[in-house]
Amino acid sequence: MARMKFLCDADRCIECNACVTACKNENEVPWGINRRRVVTINDGKPGERSVSMACMHCTDAPCAAVCPVTCIFSTDEGVVLHSKDLCIGCGYCFYACPFGAPQYPKVSNFGSRGKMDKCTYCAGGGGSEVPGSSEEYAKYGANRMLQGKLPLCAEMCSTKSLLAGDGEIIAQIYKERVIKRGYGSGAWGWMTAYREGIAV
Amino acid sequence: MTGLLTRARFILGAVAIAGFIAVAAPAHAQQSAPVDPDASVVNEQTLLREAPRIEGLIDQPDGRARVLVQPAGRMWDHFHEVTLHWLGAIIILGTVAGLAAGYFVLGRIRISEGRSGRKVLRFSSFERFVHWLTAVSFIVLGISGLNITFGKLLLLPLIGPDAFSAFSQAAKYAHNFTSFPFMVGIILIPILWLKDNIPDKVDIEWLRQGGGFIASKHAPARRFNAGEKMVFWGVLGAGAAVSLSGLLLLFPFYVTNIAGMQIAQVVHSIVAVLFVALILGHIYIGTLGMEGAFEAMGTGEVDFNWAKEHHDLWLEEQMAKGRSGLTAATPAE
Repeated sequence: MARMKFLCDADRCIECNACVTACKNENEVPWGINRRRVVTINDGKPGERSVSMACMHCTDAPCAAVCPVTCIFSTDEGVVLHSKDLCIGCGYCFYACPFGAPQYPKVSNFGSRGKMDKCTYCAGGGGSEVPGSSEEYAKYGANRMLQGKLPLCAEMCSTKSLLAGDGEIIAQIYKERVIKRGYGSGAWGWMTAYREGIAV
Repeated sequence: MTGLLTRARFILGAVAIAGFIAVAAPAHAQQSAPVDPDASVVNEQTLLREAPRIEGLIDQPDGRARVLVQPAGRMWDHFHEVTLHWLGAIIILGTVAGLAAGYFVLGRIRISEGRSGRKVLRFSSFERFVHWLTAVSFIVLGISGLNITFGKLLLLPLIGPDAFSAFSQAAKYAHNFTSFPFMVGIILIPILWLKDNIPDKVDIEWLRQGGGFIASKHAPARRFNAGEKMVFWGVLGAGAAVSLSGLLLLFPFYVTNIAGMQIAQVVHSIVAVLFVALILGHIYIGTLGMEGAFEAMGTGEVDFNWAKEHHDLWLEEQMAKGRSGLTAATPAE
């Protein structure tokens, strides 16, 4: 079974934010929530790099561990999903997430955050809905994985900076790129998410 | 003439071009060296060694999304799932075990002279209201708070995920809203009882006699003995800590960032566990552990002999003031 991962080749990212837009459109993400974002480091300075970041679908996902109602889990393919029926909107997954992925549709206080929303790797939801159903789509967004497709953010990336797919394959693609062009600023977030980098 | 001028211009031009090439050649040679666009890039691991988080700029209004990576989330996960579980279990179960051992060894502390049938007013109705406001809030907060940490281990296997989520959702709202009456109580408690809880010399004598527990004779005390004073200051300190850290958690990211939220939760949970242990001891001595103690907060009136045995100096003061129908002329025996 493939272990699904994301990899952002920061040396290719041109900060176009098309991945953010594609994600919002494909999944009809609730207002105010961006499941994916592009963070620019050293903006305007030498060595500026942009990294497209969403849920990295961590190994031993900390969000799943801290969830008081255990509504977050990893699938056999390493995709981290959750059930919005069980989520109580406590906000703990956001404190634990190294990548700031979990978000909440309400911005009011007194514990009324609403149900957590995050990147589903375009793999539908972790609730009781039938995979690929309109109920699942309304709650969690697209289930492209069911159709044999990868997350749209990576599929439509114009510079192929953002890669999605089996971790071993995308790591190999990244390695070949680094060898060919002679440089690479590393697989951002991999040490934290998967406890392994990509040695070239 | 024209031909000469043209030739001169050609020669000049040729010399100029030759000179330009001669000057430019070494520069060109330098540029052809391999270029590393990453030479000026700061590596992720280097950035993480310099600061706990990597932050950048985003094109979205949510300021929290500027944090690219915060590995501290995994540390907080470890605290919440390993450290806190062990710490909470050891402190709370240890307290329960200690109190149970105390009960079986010492037994219930009786009023040694028996009940006199005469009553002394110990707490006014307003004092009892403040106590029970804080106490009921605390029990709701304690149970709903413990559920967030221990519920999935203890309650979830019993009632199943759907019922447990519904309960936890209700418990979360209960926790968030009950915090306000609790904070009112924490503000009123020192207004009522601070003046009687200032440590003094009598406390040293009380502590030296082991509070009367060990020698099974009654140590001297004014309105509150040294043990009660410790509970008072414990409640005040822990109450302030859980209230302040709780307000940070109740209004997330208003005054602090992700690291501040994690620290607030760590402080909130550790202090809360100690607070629960303190209050377990307080409940024990106020109910099961001592005869005649509960009435003080129940009806507000305690037995005369109970007051004489546990708060002798306070009873003398009350008698001197002629309160509660008692006068100095009334014989104590």
